[in-house]
Amino acid sequence: MFKEYTKITNIIGDIIELSAEGVTYRELAAITNHNGDTSLAQVIRIDGSKVSLQVFAGAKGMSNRASVRFLGHPMRVPYSEDLLGRIFSGSGKPIDGKPEIANAAETDIGGPSVNPVKRVVPRNFIETRIPMIDIFNPLVESQKLPIFSTPGEPFNELLARIALQAKADIVILGGIGLKFDEYIGFRRKFEEGGIMDRTVMFVHTAADPVVERLLVPDMALAVAEQFGIAGKRVLVLLTDMTAFADALKEISVAMEQVPSNLGYPGSLYSDLASRYEKAVDFEGAGSITVLAVTTMPGGDVTHPVPDNTGYITEGQYYLVNGMINPFGSLSRLKQLVIGKVTRDDHGAVMNAMIRLYAKALESKKKISMGFEKTETDEKYLRYADLFEERFMDLRVDIPLNDALDLGWKTMAECFDRFEIGVKKEVVDARWPKGA
Amino acid sequence: MIDSSLTTGHVVGINGNMMAVEVDTGSVVQNEVAFVKLPDSKLKAEVIKVIGKKCFLQVFEDTTGISVGMPVEFTGNMLAVELGPGLLGQIYDGLQNPLTLLENKQQFFLQRGQYKEPIDRSKKWDWKPLVAVGDRVRAGQWIGEVPEKFITHRVLTPLGMHGTAVVKKILPEGAYPITEKVAELDVNGKTVTLTMSQEWPVKKAIKAYKERIYPEELLITRQRIIDTLFPISRGGTSCIPGPFGAGKTVLQHLISKFSSVDLVIVVACGERAGEVVELIHEFPEMKDPKTGGSLMDRTIIICNTSSMPVAAREASVYTGITLGEYYRQMGLDVLVLADSTSRWAQAMREMSGRLEEIPGEEAFPAYLESRIAGLYERAGLVQLHNDKHGAVTLIGTVSPAGGNFEEPVTQATLKVVGAFLGLSRKRSDERKFPAIDPLDSYSLYIDQMADSLNKNLDREWTKMVHEAEELLRRGAEIGKMMTVVGEEGISIDDLVAYLKSEMLDFTYLQQNAFDDIDCAATIERQVADFKLLYKALKTPFSFETKPEARKFFVALQDNFYQKNYAAESSPEYAKFVSKIEEIIVSGGGRLV
Ligand SMILES: Nc1ncnc2c1ncn2[C@@H]1O[C@H](COP(=O)(O)OP(=O)(O)OP(=O)(O)O)[C@@H](O)[C@H]1O
Ligand SMILES: [Mg+2]
Repeated sequence: MFKEYTKITNIIGDIIELSAEGVTYRELAAITNHNGDTSLAQVIRIDGSKVSLQVFAGAKGMSNRASVRFLGHPMRVPYSEDLLGRIFSGSGKPIDGKPEIANAAETDIGGPSVNPVKRVVPRNFIETRIPMIDIFNPLVESQKLPIFSTPGEPFNELLARIALQAKADIVILGGIGLKFDEYIGFRRKFEEGGIMDRTVMFVHTAADPVVERLLVPDMALAVAEQFGIAGKRVLVLLTDMTAFADALKEISVAMEQVPSNLGYPGSLYSDLASRYEKAVDFEGAGSITVLAVTTMPGGDVTHPVPDNTGYITEGQYYLVNGMINPFGSLSRLKQLVIGKVTRDDHGAVMNAMIRLYAKALESKKKISMGFEKTETDEKYLRYADLFEERFMDLRVDIPLNDALDLGWKTMAECFDRFEIGVKKEVVDARWPKGA
Repeated sequence: MIDSSLTTGHVVGINGNMMAVEVDTGSVVQNEVAFVKLPDSKLKAEVIKVIGKKCFLQVFEDTTGISVGMPVEFTGNMLAVELGPGLLGQIYDGLQNPLTLLENKQQFFLQRGQYKEPIDRSKKWDWKPLVAVGDRVRAGQWIGEVPEKFITHRVLTPLGMHGTAVVKKILPEGAYPITEKVAELDVNGKTVTLTMSQEWPVKKAIKAYKERIYPEELLITRQRIIDTLFPISRGGTSCIPGPFGAGKTVLQHLISKFSSVDLVIVVACGERAGEVVELIHEFPEMKDPKTGGSLMDRTIIICNTSSMPVAAREASVYTGITLGEYYRQMGLDVLVLADSTSRWAQAMREMSGRLEEIPGEEAFPAYLESRIAGLYERAGLVQLHNDKHGAVTLIGTVSPAGGNFEEPVTQATLKVVGAFLGLSRKRSDERKFPAIDPLDSYSLYIDQMADSLNKNLDREWTKMVHEAEELLRRGAEIGKMMTVVGEEGISIDDLVAYLKSEMLDFTYLQQNAFDDIDCAATIERQVADFKLLYKALKTPFSFETKPEARKFFVALQDNFYQKNYAAESSPEYAKFVSKIEEIIVSGGGRLV
């Protein structure tokens, strides 16, 4: 039905170019190499009769006599309840040894954005049982939030833990450049945690072709969108978005685009935003919450990937030395839930504890610089130790209300009630008896 | 429906949102609008480069499915907005599509290729003519008026008309829709029919006024650090650069809510959709500080958020400023807020890259600076031909890569704005909001407006403000010194100066956006508060020991701080004032 071409003129990186007629922009093509290998490819530029395509499986070993068959539609992903419990590659092939999804409706990936006037103001608190998140920077349904981390931190463990505790209807994992072990790690945890049957995974491992990386967020988010419209509360996990951005960079270099910063294309902001902005609370239907990992090359937050991400997302969690750092971290939607859907003392505990911890760090610094240690310093140092042990340690696993109670207890163990800078009514109501 | 007199062409290339078209017949105009016809829709595009018979267009929509050979119709018109009564309270995309009217089968999504009339055609307006048959009129003159929400909307003669014209017909008072023929003009022997609306190309400034005048009056934002330290004039320009999360958007939202102007145009340009949603839900519930009506009634929101098409994002800023110029033409005081101009600049960069233009710094096009300057130049205070004044004030946020102000967009903006409100990561990390860095920021308007400030606020106003700035500078130096030598290493006098500058910062420059009272301070309150604080700052307190000094300032500062949470002219407010005066005296100060 569709015309087949067998004359590729140029092969540059993972991009092939050929002469073809009647091709539409972003159309998909099926490529069969001379040795029988097949791959999908997508049109990324048309210049007269010259058509450029990016080959999902990469152009390594590609013959200029390979056959290219245009399919007449852009990239799609199947969508049905049957996706649940299944694992796919970046280009949508099952990699769990089970058959292809049959008779499913297909939906275009990278579809249009939600009309802003059809969005609602987010209002649901997602409890993670991680005090550094729940107390200090609560996660809100439909939020888009990355974990900023240096390579080597336990960010995937953190992501998996949140997924297990978030009570989402559906979890969709988009793995981008995952190590094989990390992929299996997610799978095991989800199976043990009993959520695999409401999970869909799109996994691109570091061994897979680079171009497939680019598809993962779009595939994951397109499926999430369908579930969201169908009324499900979906949690999308994307790890690692820096690997995604690096794939964008590779393609744009191959296309000879002028780079803006450190080789990344000038469109990096828009490219990332069009993915993150899929996070939404649909009026009268479900929602999409996006939790991502952004590793910071060299630990540098001003690197273009974390920098552009920070400008897009609704806050970030900084994972430093195995702990969520309370200072750089921010949930920009927190004021929508704190004290409104959470306990009325939440705001006071959050502010007081963080202020006390900041002072404690000042004391530590002062002492390390050789200044004298006062009695007040002693109090603060004690508080810092307790704070790190009871709240910052990632192994701590308690519900928000217990964490708030523990907060009062901790403050009462270290300070007098008038030293914590909280309104009198609140202290009167919550200060532990007998303290 | 291709009009044979119109130019047609066909697609010869497509790369992202850049489309190459070969012209079949007719002429092309730079920046004219064209439509490319797909099997199921027509997509809007703008000509941005012409090379022989080939021209390049930026498509305002997702370009998936466009193919070589598809027909293109040129309209002959530049990208324009519709101007007339009915704009207030609307939420538009960057091309002036009313977002509330865009629907599709799935309800939630923005389906491409939908273009709706920006202004309601069915609503009737109470028209009152302002000219009579035989009157001579010129471009942009008021020929009639209708009440629109809380303002009087003036219906204008064509803004681009040359010379003068004679009124041949004018409708009497009555209720008419905007499409009604309200007047007929004789323009050099040609009859021109006017309705209540007209179109104007967004990339061209409206200049149907007598002259621009020097802005000398304060635009009151009710943000203390801005109004007192770094004031913006009516008709002035300002930018708010800052790293992510430093508080640009929150600050702009505060300004949009509390500024004393006739109307506000908020351009959400390439930022988060969620932030606009908050405005859409909050504004109808909030009060306009000037009229007491709903805040939404004095607001127009232009919303082209980050996942909406990039080319329309580039247009959105122009759409916003054009609507601003239009209302200025009615003698109104308009505030235009753009968040973020960096996203607008990036949209230009993306297109420039696709056109393979020679890139400048960080791949921005060489014309970046002139475009930025051109945009800010459209703000200004003007005197109309009827001698009434109108103003467009423009405040843009800038999102510098890596939070580093040494980048092209910040630098180019700095050169053209009158007030620079730089947000610092350090201050936002310390939760000192608004995180405007008082040492880096400046306003050229404080001296430009000195006469009016000293006349209207206080005879000594500008002198006091400059002294306060000086104190902040000194305080910062002493603070730096203390990190090296400790408190032990500085003199008591230095410590006192330091504590004074901290108090000024903590109780005056910082303002709690989330407190119902502290979030906005009227100018009368600012004058009273600042003078009282100034008195405390000028009093030469003397202390025996440093702890004594600290203890004194803890009490004084706390009273200034608590006062911020007391309603203006409430008994608590008065209580804090007298308490503060008492403390000043107890510290050896003499009350004047
Ligand atoms: N005036 C303020 N008072 C209290 N908190 C504030 C204030 N301004 C900002 N914040 C806090 O900082 C967060 C980020 O602010 P905002 O969204 O305005 O940053 P931004 O500079 O616009 O960032 P971006 O460039 O990423 O859009 C807010 O969600 C809020 O928690
Ligand atoms: Mg912002």
